[in-house]
Amino acid sequence: MHKALLIDPHKCTSCMQCELACSFEHTGAFNPARSRIKIFEFEHGARSIPYTCTQCEEAWCLHACPVEAITVNLATGAKEVDANVCVGCKVCTIACPFGTINYSADTGKVVKCDLCGGNPQCAEACPTGAITYVDASWTGLARMQASAVAAHGQPGA
Amino acid sequence: MKHVIIGAGPAGVVAAETLRRIDPSSRIVILGDEPEPPYSRMAIPYLLADNVGESGTYLRHGDAHFETLDVEVRQARATGVDTAKKSVALGDGGAIDYDRLLIATGACPIKPPIEGIDSEGVENCWTLADARRVLAGAQPGSRVVLMGAGFIGCIVLEALAARGVELVVVEMADRMLPRMMDETGGAMIARWCASRGVTVRTATRVTGIARAGGKLTLATDSGDPIEADLVVCATGVSPNTGFLAGTGSAAGTSGAASAGIECGDGILVDHRLCTSAEDVYAAGDVAQGPDFSTGRQEVHAIQPTAVEHGRIAALNMAGAETPFRGSLSMNVLNTLGLVSSSFGLWMGAEGGERSTAVDETRSRYLRLEFEDDRIVGALALGLTQHVGVLRGLIQTRVRLGAWMEKLRTDPTLVMNAYLECTQGEAR
Repeated sequence: MHKALLIDPHKCTSCMQCELACSFEHTGAFNPARSRIKIFEFEHGARSIPYTCTQCEEAWCLHACPVEAITVNLATGAKEVDANVCVGCKVCTIACPFGTINYSADTGKVVKCDLCGGNPQCAEACPTGAITYVDASWTGLARMQASAVAAHGQPGA
Repeated sequence: MKHVIIGAGPAGVVAAETLRRIDPSSRIVILGDEPEPPYSRMAIPYLLADNVGESGTYLRHGDAHFETLDVEVRQARATGVDTAKKSVALGDGGAIDYDRLLIATGACPIKPPIEGIDSEGVENCWTLADARRVLAGAQPGSRVVLMGAGFIGCIVLEALAARGVELVVVEMADRMLPRMMDETGGAMIARWCASRGVTVRTATRVTGIARAGGKLTLATDSGDPIEADLVVCATGVSPNTGFLAGTGSAAGTSGAASAGIECGDGILVDHRLCTSAEDVYAAGDVAQGPDFSTGRQEVHAIQPTAVEHGRIAALNMAGAETPFRGSLSMNVLNTLGLVSSSFGLWMGAEGGERSTAVDETRSRYLRLEFEDDRIVGALALGLTQHVGVLRGLIQTRVRLGAWMEKLRTDPTLVMNAYLECTQGEAR
């Protein structure tokens, strides 16, 4: 059974540790602008929502890619971008209805959450348990996915 | 069951893979008329820019991808379809019969009917063979004229500029990207190009091309003639339906509707991607299928539509009845580093309203189009983060409720609106 990131916005204090950890893991620098998880603040920071890819079953990004640069990591279930294959055409960035695969002008490629190969640094760094890496069968996750399907309509079509 | 797929582009390949997944015992044949393994035309600009080699344009990697799937990829050109005999005529005089047929023949470039358009040194930029000729002609310092500043033209523009050529872009319409950008966005992109040394002449029509002494001279209807070493023609594409003409056995058909396969701009398909002929389906650039926004049948010659068509057509071909909810017209483009995107009814819906934010100095622009409290279309310049939610919001018809008022004054809050409107239950 794959594990998945479970995000509980109620516990998020907008401390940015997840963004720092993510950017450091992937770029070697603490630079939230290059983080693949992003905290969105509401009401001037009174509430915040950490947001990243859910590794959705539909895998819109993977199917839209014209050069097979996005593949499934069979160990983690993550949809991963192979930067050596990605040509930077950005079709995946408009195909993904969640907006969680993004173009990086620095590299000329797209980037998305890859679950850090099974040890997601955002969850490691989160001090409040707002981001946890749990068994994907956890009931709350099923509920989240159900609401994502409700919001996004017919999967895969 | 024998499935025959005409066309080895994204729609055909995705269809073959989908068929294999749900119909393991079927026979699947892809007919492609080019010698290379199935490749992506979309990746050609990156070949021109020397970012990838030819194999980097291939749709699938791994030497034995199609063999492993037991999908036969045959180099053959379809020259007609006999829907009564359920047979496809081939260019070598042979034929192949089918139980279910998918036409995924894509589109082909159209050249404007002007004198000298067939001269040596005037190239399309559509196939890998075209790309090799453009690569040979577009050397650093070469004078290159690009005819057409539409979506394909602008992608090619980026690649040619990367080759260090002296580039002049000529566009008939009054702005760049007339079918993907409004006046504000088109003008912004034109200024961006000009400031980076690319000459863009809009509202200009090439009236003739003459070749002498290895050099080309383009006459135009406005201003001086233009000298060039190479002319790249990106003046539009048209669905590849020509091979259907004059073949077939169906009675009472004529012209483009021959072979019993009805055509409009492309091959007309219903919500199952089925054509007017039994057991014949169509997908991708050649198909004129349901449009998500308008409900009408439209040709959307874009990659996401090709793969969605290919997948849904295959499911229906294999008997897994699957309705298609319609494709969303959308595009994303990088013009010398300025990223632009368009979605759905970006030009607006009747009786709808609009919210825009313009930042000329930073070349940023966002335009949202609403119908009631839903987003039905969008344009974005300079936006690369979370741009996909524009598709999500349009295609899920999310009601914005209280966010509508906030977006009226500041459309750049669209990501926050998306999160609150779609993730609300999870919080």
